[in-house]
Amino acid sequence: MNNKIKRILPQLLTILFVVFVFGFFTINAQVNMDNRGIDFGFGFLSQEASFDMQFTLLDYDGQDSYLWAYVVALLNTLLVSFLGIIFCTILGVVIGVARLSQNFLIKNSAAWYVEFFRNIPLLLQIFFWYYAALRALPLPENAQPWFGVTYMTIKGYYIPSMIWENLNVFMSCLIAAIVAIIFLRVYAKKIQEREGKQLPVLYISLALITILPLLSFLIGGVTLDFEMPVLKQLAQTSFIFEGGIALPPELIALVLALSLYTSTFVAECVRAGIQGISKGQKEAAASVGLTPNQILKLVIMPQALRIIIPPTTNQYLNLTKNSSLAAAIAYPDLVLVFAGTALMQTGKAIEIVGITMLTYLSISLAIAALMNWYNKRIEIKEK
Amino acid sequence: MNLSLNRIKSQNQMTNIYIGSALLILSILDVFLNSFFRINISGSLPGNLSIFFPLILGFLGLSYLRTEYSGYKFLDSLNKNINTTNFNAFLTLFITFAILKAFPPALSWMVLDANISGDTKEACTGTGACWTYIKVWFKRFMYGMYPNELHWRINSAFLLVIGLGFVGYFFKENLKKYLALYYVVIYPIIAFLIIYYLISGGSFGLVWVETGAWGGLSLTFIVSFFCLIFCFPLGMILALGRRSNLPAIRYISVGYIEFWRGVPLITVLFMSSVMFPMFLPQDFFMDKLVRVIIAITLFEAAYCAEVIRGGLQALPRGQYDAAKSLGMGYWKMHIFVILPQALKLVIPGIANTFLALVKDTPLIFVVGLAEIAGMLALAKTNPKWLGFAMEGYIFAAIIFWIICYAMSKYSYNLEEKYKTER
Repeated sequence: MNNKIKRILPQLLTILFVVFVFGFFTINAQVNMDNRGIDFGFGFLSQEASFDMQFTLLDYDGQDSYLWAYVVALLNTLLVSFLGIIFCTILGVVIGVARLSQNFLIKNSAAWYVEFFRNIPLLLQIFFWYYAALRALPLPENAQPWFGVTYMTIKGYYIPSMIWENLNVFMSCLIAAIVAIIFLRVYAKKIQEREGKQLPVLYISLALITILPLLSFLIGGVTLDFEMPVLKQLAQTSFIFEGGIALPPELIALVLALSLYTSTFVAECVRAGIQGISKGQKEAAASVGLTPNQILKLVIMPQALRIIIPPTTNQYLNLTKNSSLAAAIAYPDLVLVFAGTALMQTGKAIEIVGITMLTYLSISLAIAALMNWYNKRIEIKEK
Repeated sequence: MNLSLNRIKSQNQMTNIYIGSALLILSILDVFLNSFFRINISGSLPGNLSIFFPLILGFLGLSYLRTEYSGYKFLDSLNKNINTTNFNAFLTLFITFAILKAFPPALSWMVLDANISGDTKEACTGTGACWTYIKVWFKRFMYGMYPNELHWRINSAFLLVIGLGFVGYFFKENLKKYLALYYVVIYPIIAFLIIYYLISGGSFGLVWVETGAWGGLSLTFIVSFFCLIFCFPLGMILALGRRSNLPAIRYISVGYIEFWRGVPLITVLFMSSVMFPMFLPQDFFMDKLVRVIIAITLFEAAYCAEVIRGGLQALPRGQYDAAKSLGMGYWKMHIFVILPQALKLVIPGIANTFLALVKDTPLIFVVGLAEIAGMLALAKTNPKWLGFAMEGYIFAAIIFWIICYAMSKYSYNLEEKYKTER
């Protein structure tokens, strides 16, 4: 009896406390909203947004609804995160491997890179790139071409855009090639397990992925044109580039800062992963006659990845959450557009902040669930 | 030099070393003269070749120098450390030349061509940095809009708080058992009172300074200090809750931790500034700074809880069993046996959380608190001081870098220290 009370009482008290806090807030919110004449509801999502966004991936203008503004802003957030993740992975792997180099200079430069970018707050780095470094770029009329066709100016980075004809044919060829490669790998593995023969998977895959899309150009009627950015004079002293794709400086500053900052953490994960493999593994693999390439592919990487991937995913998640700092330099991401502009216009503080937090929360939880599943799968099954 | 070794060395090898070092020195000299004195030795060569000339020269030199064993200490360590393979040699040269090339412009911008005298924009005549700007705005960057003649109040409050933090070291043996009580309960209260009465003022004849005027680096310290001392006990309770065997408590703790860990701090700050006032009773006013501190505390407590949970999980089961077999209850067991050991384990982790917290504080800028990033934005848009964004951000970056680097080194030391003790 006594034991039962000991178990139930604390739980009851905790639940009561939580209910009390929530109830208190709800009642207050009710009273406050009544007083200000605001009503709770998500009806505003279908209203006309009537604000503009500087940079969008999908078509958007002020006549679209708040819901569409939300989708477009979310895509902008995902774009920054996607670019940041790609660049921080490349940089992180290079720096992480460099930190283990035998070369004194390389090792120390990599270590200083990590110490330098890790210990400066991300917001300051974003501000530095946006307000100081990118402002020192030339005006459009003075810009020198990079790689011949792209222009880095104070108003953004201009690159040629691609104009496709029959893009769907090309895409289906590409997908067909990828599917064929997957089948090939499965088949090759089967052959190897059954007969011990090895197929040259890599070469066949390379051939597939180049030949199939090429065929679509020759037979499928696919054409590809490039639209170049061209300098255009608006007024006496005002020039802009027209045509092509313009990447705004906000996006560049954000991706630069996010990838430089996060790459230091990725580098540490990579280093820890490679250091976590004992030397004996490599020597054992060599002694059974595997080639250096095979050692890396079949022995080192599978084990190192098991250590590297979980913390790295965590860093990707952090990068996605940190991309919300975009609001500080007016890049139209979810926080700026939705929790900023839309909130100011509608005054629906609770709904909008709630939706924004829920969006990030669901991204985080989805990735966390995926990670747990992956961890379970690659776990070393000990007896 | 050992004579017998000299005799072993073939004539061929010596020639290689001479040629190699001559080429290497020539290539480094070329880049050095080029970047420091603007003399271009290889300028007579055609365009592209002149850029790659030192690289090719140095590469040849290093490959001539590469031998198994030469007997010269310096050369051997060079070969062993930076010149093992062709690829390594190339990277070595590349990094050396990049540093040589980048150093003079950076040096002249930061020091040689920079200005620090005077106190208006006009004093900055050089092509380098304008440190005058930092000098003039220094007090603003440190203390925000806090009245100049009252800065002693912030300084003395910080000194008092730091001093009280060290009091624990001087506790007598019979007072040692109250140490935790002091740090967890008494110290935060005293610190809060000191900061409230000294920095805020309003009584004891001190002028009231509203929190809107606080700012700069001192605000960073205030916010991170309070968030740390409040988030630690909260995190401890949540960590215990997450490991509790009572389902309701466990699920509530898990929900809390996962919620706060899943959202970005910036949305939490937005919530504290626009949504939270809606949840408070009418006529109940809470200062913006207090709301922000509460928000960051709730946010960081979730991270703290995960770190502490790591410590709790690392303890062997035997500790729990032993405590229980002595007839200890839940609280007695945790306070006297489990927590003292677990907390010692997580000190490095907590230090890392604190480091992240300090790096996160500039974010309070987005809700309008003029922390150092906010003061920089303010100074940058001042019509008298336009165009010095670079200097300002570099200054702030240096300050933060020093603080964070020192903290990360300290936490690394703690980690090493506690690793060996177990």
